[in-house]
Amino acid sequence: MAVVPQVLRSEWTKIRSVRSTVWTLGTAVVVTIALGVLICTLARTDFASMSAHARFAFDPTNISFAGMGLGQLAMIVFGVLVVSNEYSTGMIRASLAAVPQRATFLFCKLLVATALVLVVGLATSFATFFAGQAALGDHRADIGDPGVLRAVIGGGLYMTLIALFSMGVAAMLRSPMLSLGILMPFFFLISNILGNVSATRKIGRYLPDQAGQKIMQVVPRAVDDVPYGPWGGLGIMIAWTLAALAGGFVVLEKRDA
Amino acid sequence: MIELQGLTKHYGDKVAVDHLTCTVRPGIVTGFLGPNGAGKSTTMRMMLDLDNPTEGTVRIDGRHYRRLRNPLTSIGALLDAKAIHGGRSAYHHLLCLAQSNGIPRARVDEVLDTVGLTSVAKKRTKGFSLGMGQRLGIAAALLGDPQVLLFDEPVNGLDPEGIHWIRHLMKDLAAQGRTVFVSSHLMSEMALTADHLIVIGQGRLMADTSMAAFIRENSRSYVRMRSPEQEQLRDLLHAEGITAVAVGDGSLEVDGVPAARLGEMAARGRVVLHELSPRQASLEEAFMQLTAASVEYHAHEDRRVAVRPPGPPPAGPPVQPEGWGADWDAHRRQRKGS
Repeated sequence: MAVVPQVLRSEWTKIRSVRSTVWTLGTAVVVTIALGVLICTLARTDFASMSAHARFAFDPTNISFAGMGLGQLAMIVFGVLVVSNEYSTGMIRASLAAVPQRATFLFCKLLVATALVLVVGLATSFATFFAGQAALGDHRADIGDPGVLRAVIGGGLYMTLIALFSMGVAAMLRSPMLSLGILMPFFFLISNILGNVSATRKIGRYLPDQAGQKIMQVVPRAVDDVPYGPWGGLGIMIAWTLAALAGGFVVLEKRDA
Repeated sequence: MIELQGLTKHYGDKVAVDHLTCTVRPGIVTGFLGPNGAGKSTTMRMMLDLDNPTEGTVRIDGRHYRRLRNPLTSIGALLDAKAIHGGRSAYHHLLCLAQSNGIPRARVDEVLDTVGLTSVAKKRTKGFSLGMGQRLGIAAALLGDPQVLLFDEPVNGLDPEGIHWIRHLMKDLAAQGRTVFVSSHLMSEMALTADHLIVIGQGRLMADTSMAAFIRENSRSYVRMRSPEQEQLRDLLHAEGITAVAVGDGSLEVDGVPAARLGEMAARGRVVLHELSPRQASLEEAFMQLTAASVEYHAHEDRRVAVRPPGPPPAGPPVQPEGWGADWDAHRRQRKGS
């Protein structure tokens, strides 16, 4: 379709002409790296007092991604705003009058936002890895070690998928407050609680963030009974994301704008 | 040209638009008139394929909206002036719309100039007044230089100069052979701009007529008479075969007889007159009468009271317009509240 390049250009103009893009993505980058470095620094001083068991399970790659738990919240805000701002401002009516092919409209919007998030996510992931390893000193991992490059690229993919999942949810719910009100506590609290309480752990590990985070682990956990590997975990997260996007698409297609 | 064929929209049990069939022709300004909540905006949203009709179709120059290639170059619309991202500049707002339809960048500067927003083009629209927002919305409608233009309540929030400007703009666009479709809830506004009228009430088509014919058919002229000897006056007129209707405040209203003749009759019958005044019901009243009468029959019976021009309040209990009028008002308040 000839209109796709036009709509992509239009969506790129939309994304770059609002300040929230810089603010949310900038926050995600800064928080992820800064917190990662801080925790790596603390881990280095802590290492001497660790038990042999803990030392054995010490995962220098994964620990440099410690800031992502908080940084991903800014990614969620970005994903939610990209989609729901259209609805909260009423801009959606102008947008759909200009591009009545709703599938094309949504596809282009998501493609532009995802491409941007992928670049930012990968850059953040590499930056936080190298900065974190520098802070770890002698205990650092090398990018050439087995599984490390996969984990670092995976970190970028994880951030991208979290944003894309949020876009799908926002397309379903339309309201930014409602979307954030559900996604933020879910990823910040509920998922962690479900994943750490033994009764619910078996369910918790199939949640998008818990499954997706598996790809950032290089050293297996001491008690690792998770039935999927790093790519399997990412696959689960992709399945969640696709489901959210499909839901968002159905809502956009069926409902009045 | 816009063709509506049996266009219907239900929201649950509520019927917002009810089998609307009409054609909006090029070269003239067509006014789309109806009280608040009559279904005007819903109809316009369906014209743009934003809302799905329950039944019926809309065709823009013979084609369904979704089939249009670069729709902004065929049809431009101003729906809601506030429907813009406040954090984006006026220039970028128009640019993203232009790009999506392959409209060259230079056209953005052109329409900004047309609506007089060039000096604030790089400012974020958050700080825009309602009138500036309205101008930006009009700029967006003009962006693709379309042959069909839709304006939903375009004069809302504009100052007198702005209202003057938009009236001329609409007439110019129509004079260029374009189809111009303008909604309003104010008959007085339409009387100044529209050549043709489509009137709806509660989603149904009430009238599809030229402005001139509407004025001819619907404006009621009558003579108001007041006399201390009202009974004698009535008998006198009755003898001449003229029906005078007593209105609550002690005056009589007579339809279809010139004031001069009534005055002469009173003089011949030696009846003292305190008032003899020819009156013209305004178009606003004619419009309300039209929408009211066709919806609720008993409103027709109360019409004199319901559509009386403002004057001293009638003696006795105040007569409220019942049925449609009351419902309209309540409905409007409800909409405002939600």
